[in-house]
Amino acid sequence: MRLGQRFYLIEVVQGIVLTSGHFFRNMGKHLAHAFGRKDARGAVTIQYPEERRPYSPRLRTLHRLVRREDGSPRCVACMMCETVCPARCIYIVATEHPNPEIEKMPERFDIDLGKCVFCGYCVEACPEDAIRMDTGILEFSSFSRRGMIYTKEALLALEPAGKDGRPT
Amino acid sequence: MILDLGIIFGRVAFAIMFMLNASAILGWVERKQSAIMQDRIGANRASIYGFRLIGLFHPIADALKLLTKEDFMPARADRLLFQLAPFLSVFFGLVAFAAIPFGDVLVIGDRVIPLQAVTLNVGILYLFAMLSLGVYGVMMAGWSSANNFALLGAQRAAALMISSEIAIGASIMGVVMVYGSLNLQDIVRGQGTPLFPQWLGGWVPAWGILTQPLAFILFLTAGIAATKRVPFDMPEGESEIIGYFVEYSGMKSGMFMMSDFLETVVIAGMTVSLFLAGWQVPYLAPDGFHFPWGAAVLLPQWLVAVLQVTAFVVKVSVMIFVMMLVRWTLPRFRYDQAMRLGWLGLFPLSILNIVLTGIALLLLGGWAP
Repeated sequence: MRLGQRFYLIEVVQGIVLTSGHFFRNMGKHLAHAFGRKDARGAVTIQYPEERRPYSPRLRTLHRLVRREDGSPRCVACMMCETVCPARCIYIVATEHPNPEIEKMPERFDIDLGKCVFCGYCVEACPEDAIRMDTGILEFSSFSRRGMIYTKEALLALEPAGKDGRPT
Repeated sequence: MILDLGIIFGRVAFAIMFMLNASAILGWVERKQSAIMQDRIGANRASIYGFRLIGLFHPIADALKLLTKEDFMPARADRLLFQLAPFLSVFFGLVAFAAIPFGDVLVIGDRVIPLQAVTLNVGILYLFAMLSLGVYGVMMAGWSSANNFALLGAQRAAALMISSEIAIGASIMGVVMVYGSLNLQDIVRGQGTPLFPQWLGGWVPAWGILTQPLAFILFLTAGIAATKRVPFDMPEGESEIIGYFVEYSGMKSGMFMMSDFLETVVIAGMTVSLFLAGWQVPYLAPDGFHFPWGAAVLLPQWLVAVLQVTAFVVKVSVMIFVMMLVRWTLPRFRYDQAMRLGWLGLFPLSILNIVLTGIALLLLGGWAP
């Protein structure tokens, strides 16, 4: 250590100057905020549930199944996503589509979100663009493991996120 | 007779309420101040009917939480000492403040009420004793927990206390020599007199920080060590040994936390009384302001007393702010570094300060405040 550092005092004062500088600058901004200057922010904190940082449009969020015009799933139950899924969280049971021009549709399409690793391979693998991860929903939880399994009906009901990346 | 008792009760109640409220609010101050220093917001979620009041409900919420927690005692603990330890810690923290004057005198009718919980001729020695006794609670806690980490923490606390108390005592001696009294009230009164009136012409009051700058730094350093808080928190040492209170839960753990805050307030009060002129407002005499350029503003006596108490509270708040600033700026000293600082740094320097003060007093022909 240099001689000046061995005395602690100079270093201590330098440190206090730094931290008290932060204190007074932030305190001034907090006071300005309290007295009407709403653009003054004394902290970098984002008050999470009320405030959110903007999400990237590429962010992978909760899956949804894309609907056809008539409301049936666009999915043709080709099992590509189930096959590619590294977490093996997708479970599909295929059935006949009422429309003879469409070969198949899923009878069941369950995603166990307790297992899902949000890698997005299912979206990439899908030849029909039937599954997307663009809902903007990040917070989903359940008191049971069964509650984390999202069924076809639940996934079909989800809507894409708005322009700001928020769930609609 | 009843009135006298009531007055004494009121004086003591002021000191006790000041301490208790200060220690409760300090938890909030610590959180908020550290948050603002670190560009954060700090605890602000506790609300009553949607009113958050910048997080001021958090101390209440904390206390409620601690009171409703399980009061656990280890099977092999010494039951009596284990129960007694947190109470002793808080008790000595609370009673220490009694000797610190928070105002000069309040004259009501023909009664002269000293604004001090207990008027002691040897106030400094009393304070010093209470500060030292505070470590008994810590040692009891560490020993009676039947836990090696707690014992280690208590040992460190004892070692730290000895090395810091000596520096505190020795650095106080310089102040005692300058103002010629062990009575804190007299020392504070002495700090209201002008410094070197023959050269400075009564512009500068003889505050302790001006007459004893070295002792101020030594006392503040040793005082922060005596509070057992960062940068001298080896007794707690959260990352290595959890500390002497490792086995305590619920409000007893909270009481140890509270006693740390109480000691912070006591050290702040001592620093203010010894070095920052306690309740003195510059140029404020018992009958009003007398400015050195000749102007005078006469004030009623009760207003003077209110001003003095306000000045004392403001000064203590500023001192607590400074101590919090130190606590949230510096990292922890290693145990051997703290010992070296105490024994090879603070202690010899405070002895040197006594010698220098003696020589200066001899050359100046004595200080007569």
